[in-house]
Formats: sequence, structure tokens, C-alpha cells
Amino acid sequence: MNVQTSIQTGVGQRDRVNDFVIKIANVNGTGSASANGLLMKTVFRMGVPVVGKNLFPSNIQGLPTWYEIRVTKDGWQARSGDLDFMIAMNPESYAKDVQEVSPGGYLLYDSTWPRPELTSRPDITALGVPLARMCNEAFGNARTRVLMKNMAYVGAAAALLDLDLDIIHGLIGEMFAAKQKLIDANKQAVAIGYDYARAHFDHPLPIRVAPMDATKDCVMIDGNTAAGLACVYAGATFGAWYPITPSTSLMDAFKAFCEQLRVDPETGANNYCIIQAEDELAAAGMAIGAGWNGARAFTPTSGPGISLMSEFIGFAYYGEVPLVLFDIQRVGPSTGMPTRTQQGDIALAAYASHGDTKHIVIFPGDAKECFDLTVAAFDLAERFQTPVFVLSDLDIGMNDWMTPKLTWDDAWRPDRGKVLRAEDLEKVQKFHRYLDVDGDGVPYRTIPGEHPKGAYFTRGSGHTKFGGYTEDSNAYQEVLDRIARKWANAAAFVPKPVTLDAPKATKLAILTVGGCDGAAREAIARLAEEGVCLDYMRVRGFPFGQEVTDFLAAHDTVFVVEQNRDAQLRTLLINETPAKKAQLISVRDYGGMPASPRFIIDGVRAHLHGAAKEAAQ
Amino acid sequence: MTSIVKPRIDKHLPRNALGLTVRDYEGVMSTLCAGCGHDSITAAFVQAFHQLDLEPHRAAKVSGIGCSSKTTAYFLGQSHGINSVHGRMPSVASGAAAVNPELYYIGVSGDGDSLSIGLGQFAHAIRRNVNMLYVIENNGVYGLTKGQFSASADIGTRAKKGEVNEMSPIDPVMMGLTLGASFVARSFSGDKKQLVPLIKAGLMHRGFALIDVISPCVTFNDHAGSTKSYAHTYKYYHPVVHADFVPEETEVTADYDAGEAMPVKMHHGGTVMLRKTGRDYDPRDRDQAFELMRKMEGREILTGLLYLDESRADMAEMAKLPQTPLNALPHEALCPGSSRLAEIMKGYG
Repeated sequence: MNVQTSIQTGVGQRDRVNDFVIKIANVNGTGSASANGLLMKTVFRMGVPVVGKNLFPSNIQGLPTWYEIRVTKDGWQARSGDLDFMIAMNPESYAKDVQEVSPGGYLLYDSTWPRPELTSRPDITALGVPLARMCNEAFGNARTRVLMKNMAYVGAAAALLDLDLDIIHGLIGEMFAAKQKLIDANKQAVAIGYDYARAHFDHPLPIRVAPMDATKDCVMIDGNTAAGLACVYAGATFGAWYPITPSTSLMDAFKAFCEQLRVDPETGANNYCIIQAEDELAAAGMAIGAGWNGARAFTPTSGPGISLMSEFIGFAYYGEVPLVLFDIQRVGPSTGMPTRTQQGDIALAAYASHGDTKHIVIFPGDAKECFDLTVAAFDLAERFQTPVFVLSDLDIGMNDWMTPKLTWDDAWRPDRGKVLRAEDLEKVQKFHRYLDVDGDGVPYRTIPGEHPKGAYFTRGSGHTKFGGYTEDSNAYQEVLDRIARKWANAAAFVPKPVTLDAPKATKLAILTVGGCDGAAREAIARLAEEGVCLDYMRVRGFPFGQEVTDFLAAHDTVFVVEQNRDAQLRTLLINETPAKKAQLISVRDYGGMPASPRFIIDGVRAHLHGAAKEAAQ
Repeated sequence: MTSIVKPRIDKHLPRNALGLTVRDYEGVMSTLCAGCGHDSITAAFVQAFHQLDLEPHRAAKVSGIGCSSKTTAYFLGQSHGINSVHGRMPSVASGAAAVNPELYYIGVSGDGDSLSIGLGQFAHAIRRNVNMLYVIENNGVYGLTKGQFSASADIGTRAKKGEVNEMSPIDPVMMGLTLGASFVARSFSGDKKQLVPLIKAGLMHRGFALIDVISPCVTFNDHAGSTKSYAHTYKYYHPVVHADFVPEETEVTADYDAGEAMPVKMHHGGTVMLRKTGRDYDPRDRDQAFELMRKMEGREILTGLLYLDESRADMAEMAKLPQTPLNALPHEALCPGSSRLAEIMKGYG
């Protein structure tokens, strides 16, 4: 053990400026989230790229919660898997937290109470700050003392990691706006920790933050906020939902932005409608009703909600009603771990509902894509008159991501697809809802109430291309086949995959999806250092386009990286592309944590090692 | 089987103010059993719309699954219809009504659709006071699956194969009153004189207008021992209040003795003249409605416009929806543009 009580440097710690991981262990419900967010934002405002992950329980108060901040001068987007600076504020998880610190790392703890567990780690440096004692002396009521303890560790961390105190003060000012009393109290708490650390420890530590200029054109935003904002920009006027973690903040964001941006200044009327439904079934039904009636409509949910909505999803698929469904994936099956992340609904979304159904699925990989691809999803839903899934996850949706500022092209206009308005209907002899007039699988639709000639009957029962009820095999099959063609044609319109070529030609590649992007890119860089060259592709849309087929054909071995147990992305590739099963090597991680490069590096190494061994025999 | 289109022979039929005959308000040929109560209700819809001089394409028909839900294809062939999934019509109607409150929404459901699988959605549409006419074609059985009891089956009623129901029924009228529906009526498919004005009043009502229509199933529930048969309904049928619908432009003539008739101005036009039929009953009084319904439960089938409150805010008002329907707002009114986004981004730096 190496408990510092006076000035001392780290144990064998090399200088690591702007490249380390901070983790804060708290009890949830103690107001630590804002203190932790402030820490991260301080690093960001110092111009240093940062990754923040909130690891929280499905609970309101009293359970352990962690916040992880990766300071990364190279701008990596994933968790690193290391832990260099632990702020251990939760007695419940203390023993575990101590064990987690990487050798040579630091542990900041509240030395108001003795911590005998520390003896187990002679390889780390423990920094005791009597946070509770100092805050009890400085502040009056119990709740304030608890809250200020959080700000006091921010202060101590600031001194040790060389954070800019002016930036911290600025953020406190923004946080509490005009409440001067709160601003003063918070600044005082920061000073308590800051002064104590400076007086008692060698500072700054070898791990520390030095200003850079790498975040200027960036923002820190979570995917759900970006998606909610995108719904406003894409022209969605109707959202129905049933609260479920981790999708709730998407509707919260939509509501907040609508209150700012969609209230008619003259009349006070809302140019939007949000209905909190009685359940997910109703939420889907409402979005379908609104989509059928000509509005851009959506419903945000998570896996359990998609299960409940499945009947309606099939109805919208067969009745050809546009709507956008957000599935912010969490850990399944069943209730699973509601506050942990996973990519477990890939197969569900692709084929949701009974009978022959195939859907358009969009996979954003970060917060910016949650914005851009949401806009694309609304266009696709109307162009192809079908439900479109936006498959995000808890990590993308609820964590703050450093991302280039969201931008908007004012020339953009919504693609409403093939809609015959009243003036068009005046010109047509007869309108048939499900007739493939143009031979592209997409029929024309009309909006209820616009013109008597536009009337048609939407049904989930068997129907002919003219829209009438049928139980005739051929007439039924004709419509079903046309819908399959329509879906296949969407492959050319879904967002293109993102690729990265290895510096030299290689027959090895990684193919992944969604929030694995950062981890995969970092793994590729690390493996390149070992001489393993890998091309890279991240798919962003389903059905898969020609680019995916070509990429698979161009590589002998493709590591399919994803966060679920059953290799669902790999299954889709086997199902929907000519790829050979044996060429697709599954690399998976499904414990519920945001991805880190480690499982990918291990998976690739293990396979290559096995292949080499086999070759030698 | 395909949809059968009716021949149009309408030369000598009377025309309404729009120059349309009842034929213009019909749909495809019904495929229900001969004598089905539902077909009478379909005919009542046609008459009501024709008499109200409403443009047929300004209606939107919504339904779930079951014999009753099929009927939306049999009237108003010139309006859009959506025959959705079992028990979930209320949610589809809610979403549709939210984005264009200007249409006349007609929800057709059955006792299976609304009182079993769809009970939750039925209840919540009432809570939201969705501006729609909601008709339950109530026959106490599942028809398409051949005669199982539904949740509206009365205690003691006997199924065709002899089984007796012992579970207490769910009464949509009592549910409507409990949940705060602002228009609650009961009628009988065999009494068009009562039903047509009720449909008209329901269409002109602001908010959720519920009409529970006893509509006997001739194939599975019209035998002796059934409490939803034609014979039983005729025997115990008791109109407790008459509701005449007087259109906007017509003068309310003095057929009514002062104090006997209770005029209620309807939000979307016209006046409903409520008349007592002997009992001292005021359908504007929710407590009275409760009391009487409870008292006569299992004894008489009380019909008429049982409760009416024209003052309640509907979903559109509660959601502060704009004058222009949401589905017709132009891009410019919806998209805040690039400079506003740049402003917003400052909050995330």
C-alpha cells in the first residue's frame, strides 16, 4: 500500500498526458451525475477529446453507479478497458472498485473513515481526502453536505489532474444559471477539495490533462437527444410512446425541442402532438394512425416494446403505412438488464411480426448519426411506405458522445414518396392503392379526406392489388411478392456503409454495426501495430446494399463484430448475402458494457492463432 | 372471395343538399349472415350521413377485427377506411384524429373487440376524449370463431350449445359513464328511428361519442335463453329518453312542451332535443345516469342518449392542436433551419 499523506509521486507511473481513464464510483440518487458530467465537460472545454460512459443501475436511489471518463488525445471513441484514476465514493462497491484500478494507477477516497481494503493493492497510489468531514464542517443541511461532497471530489481531481479551474467555475455558473447562492456553495465545495489536494499531494500527477485544440468544432451530445432533435428537423408532427428505459430521453428531448421550436408564437398552438400511450401496442397503433393519415409519425421504445408492437408492425408492413420506430436496445432477453447496453434486437427488427415480413433497418453508430440517419429514416418510411427501424442502443442513446456539431442543409425537403394529392386525383381515371404503376414495387397512396377518388381500404387481411379483400392464392401472392420487391429495392437507398481501408492490401476484414465502431477502429489500429492488417466496414442499413456483398466477396475472412450472444448480424449476412458461412468469424461481447477494443483484439488474435496452428499441423 | 360491388340504380332516389343519394354513402355488399343486426347498423350509418349532408370523403372509418369490424367496408365507399388489428382500433383512431381533427371519425367495434382484447384501448380513448363516434355492435358472442361467449354476455344467458354464463358482464355504458365519456348512448339495431338520430348526434358531438348497439347474432345467439336475441331485446327494450337531432339551419319547431324537451347545442353543428319518456330523467346528470343504469341492470334494456356533456375539452383541445391540421403543415412551419441548429449546438459545446 502506498497511502499518500504528503507530497509524493506515483508508483512507477510514466507521464501520461491526455491519455488515461477516470472512473467515479457513487451511490445513485446522490446527485453525482452533474458533478461527473462537469468533470467530463471540463476536459472537453480544455480542448481534449473525451469519452463519457454512465454505468447506472435500474433503480432510483441507493444502488452503485459508476461514471467513466476516458481522456483521449487521439480521439478514440470507445472505452479503453483500463482504469488509471478511481474516485471511490461508494462504501458498498469499495472493495471491488479498489481491485479494478490498473497497476500503477491512483485511487482517490474519502479518508473520513478508515479503509482497510486498501492494503490489498500495494501497486496503486491511494490519495485520501477527508471529503465528508470537510463538507460537514462547511455546509449546513444533510442533503447539501451529500451534494457538495461530489463537488469537493471534482475539486480534488482538478488539482491532481491539472484541470482548468476557470472552466469549472464557468460550468458551475451555467449549471445554476441565476442562482447565485448555489453557484457560491458549489464553488466553495470545489475549493475545499482543490485546496486540500494541493496542500497534501504532489500535483499534478503524471496522468494529467494539458490543453489542446481538438474539440473546437465538436459538441458533447447523447444519441437520444440528437434523434429527438432530428424528429423536429425531419418534420415529424406526431409521436406516441410508452415510457421505457433507455428510450425515454428521446421523447423527452423531442418534447423539449418542440416546446422551443414548434409552438406557434401567435396562437400558442402546438405544431406537434405527443401522446403518452397506455402501452407500447397503443403507441404503435397511434403512430400508424397518424402515418396513415399523412403525418410523419414515430414511436421510440426498446426491445420489450418492439415485442409488444410486433402485431402492429406486421399490419403496417402489409398495409404499407409509413412510420419510424426507434429501438434503443438494452440487454435482453425479457426484462434483462434495463440499464445496460446490447445489440440484441438486430434479428428481431429485421423480421419483426408473424408471417413473411422484412423491414428496413437503420443502424446509427454515434450521436451525430442518430441525427442524420433519423432524418433519412423518415424519408425512407414515406418513400417505401413501410415501418422503418432506427436501431440505436443504450450506449449511443444515453451517453454523451463527442461528435462534430450537428449541421443542417436548408435546401433539404422531405421525400414524401408517391402521394396523390387532390389535384392529382382530379386527373386520374381510377385510383388503386396497391397497384405497381411504375414497376418499382412502390404503389401510390392518398391522404384521407382529400378527395373522394382517393378513398381506399387499408386492411391487414388478404388483399388484391386493387385494394379489395381476397382469399385468392394468386391475387394474394402477387401483392406479397411486390412488397418483397419493394423491400429489396430499398437496399440502394439505405445509408451506405462506412469503410476504412488497411494501409496495404489484405484478405482480412472486420465488419461491424452501430456503437462497436469506435472499439473496432481502435482494435484495427492496435492489431496493425502487430502486423495484422484489416479492412473495415460498418453497415448502416438493411437490406444490405451491393457494397456489403462486394466487401464480403473481396475478403477471405471477415470478423463480424457485434454485441449479442447469438451473432445476429452474422446471421443476417448469411441469410441475406451470398457470403459463405465459414468465412464469417463471429467476435462477440454481450455483458452489457459499452464496447472496448479488447474483445475484438482477443477474438481476432485467437482466430488467427488457431488458423496458424492448424496450418502448421 | 372478392369484394362485391353493388349495382348503382339511383335515378329516382331522393337527393340531399349535396345532390347525393343514399347510394353515394354505401359501400361494398355485406358478406354477413342474412338478418345480422350489424347490417341494420350499416344502413343507419348510410342514412345518418346522407341526412346530415356530409361529404362522404370527409369521413374516416376505423375498425378492429371481427364481424362488426368488417362492416366499415359496407358503407361510405368514398371515404378512407382502416381495418386494423384486433382490439386496437382506438389507438389507430387516436393517432389519425390527432393529425387531422377535421374529419369525421367513425369507429366500429364489437363486444369481443372492445370489451376483451381491446378493453384497455377502449378505456384510454375515452380518457383522452378522442373526437370520434365509437359504435359497439354488441351481440354477446364471438361470431367469426363460431359462438364463444364474449365479455358482454349476461349472467344466466345460455349459449347455443347449452353452456350458461356465470361471470358478470362488462357493460360498455357503465364503463363509459365511469371513465368520464361525454356522450353515452345505447340503442338497438332493430330501432333505426332511434339509432339514426343518435348517430347524427354522435357525429356532431365534440369528443368521444359512445353508442352501444344491441345487435343480435342470428347464427350463434338468437335462440331461447339468450339475453342478446331479437326476441329478448324486443321484450325488455325500453327507450328512456328520445334524442331528436335538429340540423343547424332548421328551426327548432315547437313540437316540444316547455319543460319536457331539453335542447343541447352540439359543438359541430345542430341541436339535440332530448325528451323524457315517462321517467323523470335528465341525461345531462351523470349521477342520475349511474343510478338508473345500476337499478335497471338485468331487468330492462334502457336505451337512448343516456348521458351527454357537450362542454368537455376533447383531445385536440387538450393537446392545443393548431388550426391547420398537423398533416397539412408546410415544411417551413416544421423545420427550424440551419441557423437555429447552430444556436442550439452552442448549448452542447
